[in-house]
Amino acid sequence: MSSLLEKCFSLCASEKRPALIAYITAGDPDYQRSLAVADAVIEAGADIVELGVPFSDPLADGEANQLAAQRALESGMTPWKVLDLAKEIKEKHPSVPLVLFTYLNPVAYSGGLGKYCGDAVLNGIDAILPLDLPPEEYSEYEKDIVSSGIKTVILVAPTTGEERMKSLCSNADAFIYYVCREGVTGERKEFASGVHERVELIRKYTKLPVVVGFGIASPEHVIAAAATGVDGVVVGSAIVRKVEAFAHGKGSLKEIKDFVSSLRQAL
Amino acid sequence: MKKNNFENYKLPDTRGHFGEFGGKFVPETLIPVLEELENVYNECRKDPAFRKELDGLLNDYVGRPTPLYFAERLTQHIGGPKIYIKREDLCHTGAHKINNAIGQILLARKMGKKRIIAETGAGQHGVATATAAARFGLECVIYMGEVDMKRQALNVYRMRLLGAEVRAVKAGQKTLKEAVSEAIRDWVANSRTTHYILGSALGPHPFPMIVRDFQSVIGIETREQILRKEGRLPDIITACVGGGSNSIGIFHPFLKDISTRLVGVEAGGRGPLLGDHAARFSGGRIGILQGTRSYVLQDENGQIAMTHSISAGLDYAAVGPEHSLLMKEGRVEYTKVSDDEALSAFQIMNRIEGILPALESSHAVAWALKEFPSLGKDNLAIINMSGRGDKDIEQLAGKLPAVERLK
Repeated sequence: MSSLLEKCFSLCASEKRPALIAYITAGDPDYQRSLAVADAVIEAGADIVELGVPFSDPLADGEANQLAAQRALESGMTPWKVLDLAKEIKEKHPSVPLVLFTYLNPVAYSGGLGKYCGDAVLNGIDAILPLDLPPEEYSEYEKDIVSSGIKTVILVAPTTGEERMKSLCSNADAFIYYVCREGVTGERKEFASGVHERVELIRKYTKLPVVVGFGIASPEHVIAAAATGVDGVVVGSAIVRKVEAFAHGKGSLKEIKDFVSSLRQAL
Repeated sequence: MKKNNFENYKLPDTRGHFGEFGGKFVPETLIPVLEELENVYNECRKDPAFRKELDGLLNDYVGRPTPLYFAERLTQHIGGPKIYIKREDLCHTGAHKINNAIGQILLARKMGKKRIIAETGAGQHGVATATAAARFGLECVIYMGEVDMKRQALNVYRMRLLGAEVRAVKAGQKTLKEAVSEAIRDWVANSRTTHYILGSALGPHPFPMIVRDFQSVIGIETREQILRKEGRLPDIITACVGGGSNSIGIFHPFLKDISTRLVGVEAGGRGPLLGDHAARFSGGRIGILQGTRSYVLQDENGQIAMTHSISAGLDYAAVGPEHSLLMKEGRVEYTKVSDDEALSAFQIMNRIEGILPALESSHAVAWALKEFPSLGKDNLAIINMSGRGDKDIEQLAGKLPAVERLK
């Protein structure tokens, strides 16, 4: 039986386009409005939703996502409520894969990683990307992750050497996320260069889908990213900025939806 | 590991672990640069030319060895053990932080990095790094929480005088923790050109090891000095613990000397409630913050807690991972004193010894004032005076009614 993620990627492949992966911070700006935001991005054509688990000290994130996490935490969001939110999203959109994008502390030190991953699977989460859990530290957490049945996404960086890339790829079973920019999350003016070559190199070591993200902020970027032959394109901070405007009453759900539609139509 | 096994203590292991603590919990983008740093450090530590250059700078530029001073009047005042003070406050730039900054700037030069970044809480590490960067003609950017910039304004001025750019960090509670995150973000984006001089024995491997090694000069000197002056090892050594660099620096060379009690003093702040202190070992539990697994002040949802201390240098939610191991093994005792106790010690040191301690170091003095009276007069004690308190005077002016009382 193929997983929801596999089905999603093969459906997109049959349409000869990469999947659009939309990142939102769970609970931004609060639980109810976050649910509405998730609906909006899915209805606008996002194939996969990445849910950020808000953390107080997100050191790999730029300003947009830092502020989003702060809004979510201030509204009372917790790692466990993220799973409630996931469940509601999944009930409404059963074919959309959900991926948790998280720092290790809130999911591993708030009641146990095994329980968290197990509950995540029961609530419709398909995969997890623990940002600050490199292979060096993976072994102690592996059992909790693997036994829950949740799939894992791993990051490959522009600075990752080929030997390391090989071992990284062997740790993943959902997809490979190529971070095309050195630096933190956040919108950039131009799409990164040299992505195609890196993606080809990654494909030497894995049969899993390869997606690209970090700094992709406009339909033009999405077109450029798609041209590198990836299986998915992640847009995060640019969507989160629209949510920020929505949170402050300066933007609307419709604007979020229109923006995601424009990304989707670029594919 | 039992107490007597510190004879062959050689941690961290090759993965950067101190038992169950430490490690390298960072996003993939940081791994290559941490590996580069580790490789260069491992080459340098074996290289006699590197050691010679470092020792030369420590002697002639930093002013080492710093004195081990017999505090005669403090000894009389307390009426317990004979007290010596390790005078790191007499280092160039006014604190132990320069020991590490000079060491790491040599590593940066070796790696060909032209740009230096650092975080700072009290500003002492920022000043030390800005000084080292000026000495070697490197560009320097210091990240500092906005709250700390206000309470340590003198050090902000000093860093700018030294040619460093001081960038205000406005996220979260605007203190040391946020400054570390911001420095890491800069480093992730600029690691090809930039070296991050982390100032405490914190963060991902290899930093806790590198900082400890560069700070161990404190303990190595102290050991030689006390043996020369007293012909025996001390019975007790105490130091304040923020991230834990001055304390690990003086403790580490004494770990194998089981007869010497080692006591780390954390910031008890204004009370025991979460958010009112920075006492990780009494209010924290194991977690992961800023690349390392250690004791962390956090809530039940794994969100990092707010902290408070009158001393910016101790105001941090996690503690260096090696301290967590030493606590667990029972080799070092960890305790805390309150803001008020530290303030009182600050004044007493001025009145009795004519020494102006940093508020951080005043925590160690405060514990000595409380606990040393119960020790026998034949005991030998050492307090690590990690830095001097000029930077704290502006913040304290007007807050010390007790100054009048002491007259």
